[in-house]
Amino acid sequence: MNRPASIRTAVEARLARRHRAERRFQFYGAAAICLAVAFLALLIGSILIQSVPAMTTWRMTLQVELDRAAIDPRGDMSEASLRRGGYNAAIQQALRDQFPDVEDRAELRELFGLYSSVNAARLLNRVVQDPSLVGGTVSFTFPIDDDADLYLKGVSVRESRAPGPAPVRIQAGEGRAVTLSAEARVFDAFVDDVREAARERARILEQRAERAEAALADAIDRDIRAIYEAEARRARAQAERLRDRLDEGAPVVIGPQIPSLLVQVDGAVIRVSDVSADRRSARGEMVISAPLGEAAHSDWTLWTIETPQAGRLISDRQIAWVDALRERGMTRSGFNTELFTYADSREPELAGVLGALIGSVLTMFVTMLLAVPIGVGAAIYLEEFAPKNRITQLIEVNINNLAAVPSIVFGLLGLAVFINTFGLPRSAPLVGGIVLALMTLPTVIISSRAALKAVPPSIREAALGVGASKTQAVFHHVLPLAAPGILTGSIIGLAQALGETAPLLMIGMVAFIADAPSLGLAGFTEPSTVMPVQIFLWSSAAERAFEARTAAAILVLLTLMVSLNAAAIYLRRRFERRW
Amino acid sequence: MAYDAQPAPATVYHPAPAGMNIKVAASDLSVRYGGALALDRVAMDIPDRSVTACIGPSGCGKSTFLRCINRMNDTIETARVSGSIRIDGEEVNDRSIDPVLLRARVGMVFQKPNPFPKSIYENVAYGPRIHGLAASKDELDAIVETSLTKAGLWKEVADRLHQPGTSLSGGQQQRLVIARAIAVNPEVILMDEPCSALDPIATARIEELIDELRENYALIIVTHSMAQAARVSQMTAFFHLGALVEYGPTEEIFTNPRDQRTQDYITGRFG
Repeated sequence: MNRPASIRTAVEARLARRHRAERRFQFYGAAAICLAVAFLALLIGSILIQSVPAMTTWRMTLQVELDRAAIDPRGDMSEASLRRGGYNAAIQQALRDQFPDVEDRAELRELFGLYSSVNAARLLNRVVQDPSLVGGTVSFTFPIDDDADLYLKGVSVRESRAPGPAPVRIQAGEGRAVTLSAEARVFDAFVDDVREAARERARILEQRAERAEAALADAIDRDIRAIYEAEARRARAQAERLRDRLDEGAPVVIGPQIPSLLVQVDGAVIRVSDVSADRRSARGEMVISAPLGEAAHSDWTLWTIETPQAGRLISDRQIAWVDALRERGMTRSGFNTELFTYADSREPELAGVLGALIGSVLTMFVTMLLAVPIGVGAAIYLEEFAPKNRITQLIEVNINNLAAVPSIVFGLLGLAVFINTFGLPRSAPLVGGIVLALMTLPTVIISSRAALKAVPPSIREAALGVGASKTQAVFHHVLPLAAPGILTGSIIGLAQALGETAPLLMIGMVAFIADAPSLGLAGFTEPSTVMPVQIFLWSSAAERAFEARTAAAILVLLTLMVSLNAAAIYLRRRFERRW
Repeated sequence: MAYDAQPAPATVYHPAPAGMNIKVAASDLSVRYGGALALDRVAMDIPDRSVTACIGPSGCGKSTFLRCINRMNDTIETARVSGSIRIDGEEVNDRSIDPVLLRARVGMVFQKPNPFPKSIYENVAYGPRIHGLAASKDELDAIVETSLTKAGLWKEVADRLHQPGTSLSGGQQQRLVIARAIAVNPEVILMDEPCSALDPIATARIEELIDELRENYALIIVTHSMAQAARVSQMTAFFHLGALVEYGPTEEIFTNPRDQRTQDYITGRFG
């Protein structure tokens, strides 16, 4: 090397810095990717975890007696007659048979709240398909009510069981009323817990009252002052009541605001209504009866349901019944097939995504049929044939602008033009598809033009050079080469449309639709909804069971998206050609 | 330099040597790209069944002239062609002439080999197929075989006709493109620097091929290599700054140029 020393030293002096800059840049890149992957994992992980409760469902199996007179009221075994049968009554009877001591109307309503009467329709269908079942007993399995389901999954209710610390004697009283008494302070732990919880609750109420009073001092408007005054008064009164009950000398009355106490003894379940001040005896009523002798029972369980009744949708009795059904092996947990085979329902245990899935498929079909040919055609014309002048420039600018128009605007357009002017049916996949096609068009056009532009001009020249017409050159040579890019752009556009909610709200696809649209030509005009709208609907539903189902529906949608994108990648690989 | 100061040359008519059939005749042919004058009033006669080489420094208008002959300039939005160019006395720039028909009569080979990303067979068969030159599959097969044979490629590809044309080497690709051009049985073949992307051995093959093709076609070839022009052509045209400076038999141009600029260019003083 006979390079001048000065150049060599100059280069060497900067070399380390240059390498450092390169390493730094690589580190930034790697860090950005790690961050992106971490967020993606977090997102998918949290959805997965949230959706776990929706993946399984608890089902109840009852031996339902199909009494001939009740099921076949006309007695001619015709379908019309079978359809008028009392199926729900039969299921109710089967459930009552399990808990014969339930007599009271209010209690019966609680018992029948363990399932939705919609299930009777499934029993009806079974009988209509196989009339020979009439007069016999069928084993009927159906999803249990969502609140009971959540209880069985241990999601919604906190509870604890402890063995009774000392023998207890149980005396039967009027009706199902019983008195429990023991030599030792057997209810000590429960009362302490209740007192602690009540103290905490009273403290919170007092804080709320203080906040309201502070706001009252600042408020000027009379109506607002009244609201704050009432709020402060109410909170103070409630706190007062709770503090009163905290008095050591007073018995504990179990109300809806404090934990419930059940006692299990020899197959019976007793719901305790109040505990005496000495913590040795309590009164309650039998929820599930069993013959209990006069002798003291040493093997019994204190079953505390820590979530107060006011904080849950399943009552103490229902908990006792569901627990008994589980003990008797009549409930079983299994994969939630309902989620995929049923359309939407008000009952979470009977709600599924099938209707939305079919709606999405039909809508996407319309979108694809419109957006892809029109978009690709427009792109070919603009890119290959249109003269480059002011008009085409204007069109080009406007297409680019359309891609940036908020999607809800397309929904308004759809409502005004397709539904109001052309009188197309609302909530229909046909209109949804047209609206989404309008929204997708700019994406398809822009990506198709980019793909066409990327085809080397030498291919066009070659084709024109052998005497192909412009159209032949485009369709024989340019388009096949641009096809992978066009396909990718189109599929990404469709995937975007698949996840779109806003424009569909405008055209009524947000309606509650309990029947899946048919998968034929008629389905296009039947009311339906689509996956993202279904997710939107479920996410705002009141029932807690919809929370997990929302996450599960998101997973279904994500799976659909991922498979669409995978298809895009596959098609691109498949059609990619070198030149 | 001295010739820069010279006034723009007036239209000088360059006839073909006596005794040769005139195939292509240009007169007063000018091309503008937007505002820039790319070709300035060119007038020349190009003989049939011979090779005419167009030489000149980059941007001198020789490629533009070539693209006038099959109206490839139509594809350039800003190009404006004026004047006349005739093939067998028929005006090319006439509105009644369909460029599709014209390009079937005038084949073109480009600088970079540009086979279609299809099979070798399809590359050659494409032209005859769109023009309906073959009535049956057998006829098409025969056209493909003769074209590839004429292009000197048949022996190399006979057993792999259905492999992609892009899998061939650069020189083979260029011969494939020539086969594709002659498959539609043109009268004139235009070659725009056909060897500039090839190695010397492939170049020699193409030059041999050009010499063979001379027997049946009028060939017009644009080249940067003066040696190539001297080897393959019978006539040579020297373009400079859009104007046709000198045109005549190759021997004469290279041994006894009349114009100072030609002299300077072929002796390598500029270019």
